[in-house]
Amino acid sequence: MKIRSQVSMVFHLDKCIGCHTCSIACKNIWTDRQGAEYMWWNNVETKPGVGFPTQWEDQEKYHGGWELEDKPKNPELKLKLQNRLQTLGNLFSNPAMPTMDDYYEPWTYNYNDLFNSPLGDDQPTARPISRIDGKPIDIESGPNWDDDLGGSNIYAVNDPLLATMSAEEKQRLFSIEQLFYFYMPRICNHCLNAACGAACPSGAIYKRAEDGVVLINQDKCRGWRMCVSACPYKKTYYNWSTGKSEKCILCYPRLETGQAPACFHSCVGRIRYLGVLLYDADQITDALKVPDEQLVERQREMILDPNDPKVVAAAKESGIPDGVITAAQNSPVYRYVKEWELALPLHPEYRTLPMLFYVPPLLPVLNATQSSGTQRVETDLFSSLENARVPVRYMSRTLAAGNDELVIKSYQKMIAVRLYKRAETVGDVTNEQASAALAKAGMTAEEAEAIYRLTSLPTYQERFVIPPYSREGDIEETHDPQQRKAETGFGKRQGPQRGL
Amino acid sequence: MLDNLLFVVFPYVAVALAVGGTIYRYLTNQFSFTSLSSQFLESDIQFWGSTLWHYGIIPTLLIHLGGFVAPKLMFALHSTPETLYFAELTGKILGIMALVGAGAMFYRRVVSSKVRMVTTPADWIVLFLLIVQVVLGLWMAFGYRWGATWFIHTVTPWVVSLVTFQPAPQYVASLPLIPKLHFLNATLLIAVFPFGRLVHMVSFPISYLWRRFQLVIWTRRKVV
Repeated sequence: MKIRSQVSMVFHLDKCIGCHTCSIACKNIWTDRQGAEYMWWNNVETKPGVGFPTQWEDQEKYHGGWELEDKPKNPELKLKLQNRLQTLGNLFSNPAMPTMDDYYEPWTYNYNDLFNSPLGDDQPTARPISRIDGKPIDIESGPNWDDDLGGSNIYAVNDPLLATMSAEEKQRLFSIEQLFYFYMPRICNHCLNAACGAACPSGAIYKRAEDGVVLINQDKCRGWRMCVSACPYKKTYYNWSTGKSEKCILCYPRLETGQAPACFHSCVGRIRYLGVLLYDADQITDALKVPDEQLVERQREMILDPNDPKVVAAAKESGIPDGVITAAQNSPVYRYVKEWELALPLHPEYRTLPMLFYVPPLLPVLNATQSSGTQRVETDLFSSLENARVPVRYMSRTLAAGNDELVIKSYQKMIAVRLYKRAETVGDVTNEQASAALAKAGMTAEEAEAIYRLTSLPTYQERFVIPPYSREGDIEETHDPQQRKAETGFGKRQGPQRGL
Repeated sequence: MLDNLLFVVFPYVAVALAVGGTIYRYLTNQFSFTSLSSQFLESDIQFWGSTLWHYGIIPTLLIHLGGFVAPKLMFALHSTPETLYFAELTGKILGIMALVGAGAMFYRRVVSSKVRMVTTPADWIVLFLLIVQVVLGLWMAFGYRWGATWFIHTVTPWVVSLVTFQPAPQYVASLPLIPKLHFLNATLLIAVFPFGRLVHMVSFPISYLWRRFQLVIWTRRKVV
């Protein structure tokens, strides 16, 4: 057993209000530069919707992620993009490279025109101009272009996931008083089997062993752009100015100083949780050679119980410091993902083992058979799951590789927690009804209380359990701390410039 | 005197610049080693330009190199009229591919205002020198026939003489103007190698064929 630690994440979608504060926090810190204007290491999508870049979930178009070989005996995992030899052959022009049109052309406004226009009869206007070549452009797309347009016949209708749904389900999604949407904040998943790293011809993309953050070594990157194509989540971006690829770094400089990443820290709805998961790295390949429906369960099996003495002993043997093991024992992510089985990975069928998990949104509670008014919670909410306005099928295509049962199980627990707390605080649900709901969801009152507390009332320290990094110790291994203290910052530094 | 300058001193200076400059640049500014791809900004012409160029020029360069390192083998390959004819035809096709590709790349840098934004003066110089080189090469292929054979008796001994530090410019000194210009432009290209985007050649990722898919790296620990 080879145990590694991974700083993992949970996003509770029921709590996301779609304010995009996370995106702006990230943009201000990391991507407010030439060549990176169009990048959104963190973005918030409206689902159903086309996403960013447009239709990123359509892997027949983008060829991202892994797939199992199409043979009955011992199928191997392979990149959907291309094999090793094809990679070298396609080096000169990447056939699956998304271009600027798939994202959007960044723009600003020519504000000088407001001040410098000659006197005339009309008000001067600030025309939009491209941030690439400075020419006037007609803005036809942008970040969050389809924000809140859940039932749109122009945007949402092109959601690649809708292709797998029945005509009746689709009709339900677009009927005017029934339509729904929810928000899906996305950052890099810091996958255990990262397709971006596997596709990189230069070997510039690596996973940090301490915390599992996936990084692109900017000195080693040669701009072949295969990572951009191979990442099924489209979370590596090509910087057109420096000629290097870039991605979310999980704010590792913040993590190393004990702060949550900027998007986590700034989250208004407090939907984000961050904590360590211990997992068995030896199981990575086997866990991915199973049919789609079993992928989530196999991923959960890989994640180990940090309170199990055997796991603790093995973790110590694998070189994981005591502080990280303690952090894993307090991890909110472990509770959501493994203990409560509420949170699910995004598109596990891409077989990258993403380590960002989502609690599916329960809202809107109104079900499809009621045309107006609110639903009485004392009526049987479980039966309404089948005709809920957010079709279970859509959620299972998003978060469970089509395995409806996992989503239903997660929903049943969340409904049970709701009934349990309602019986306690409002009283329009009897204690018997609440107990029946808990029994049906297979949970105890203590678990319901714990879910309620971590979902609704968590403190900053409970949401973000950041492992100690002891960077000062690592520095001591290779540098004299006194010398480093005196010298750091001096000497030649080059900015990230294009070419020479 | 002029021959010595052009075909002895200039090549030595060029190679010294190329080797020393590339090593210096790699050691001091590895960040600048990249393909500097502009496919993100314009993809359609880029496919034809870049693909035709690279698939034309890389075999051409390797065949030139073959003439230096294995002249006997190359000579044997050209020893019958059929194989010589085949060699000439291959060279011409590859050369035309490279020219069309380079022309397409030049064209897209002229017409696409976005691609122009990421084009530096060094890019223009390199692209211009490359097109000149391919044009001169094709000129020889069509105007001074059977170069596959006379190459081995003129250019090969000249290059070998330079490599072995017994310079003998007389092998190429009496050739016509076009071949001479081709040699000089090639030397110039070697000289400018470390100053532009040509350095991406040395980062051809051949090790991708066998490296592990997942790289997991610990913070450096001092070996006790």
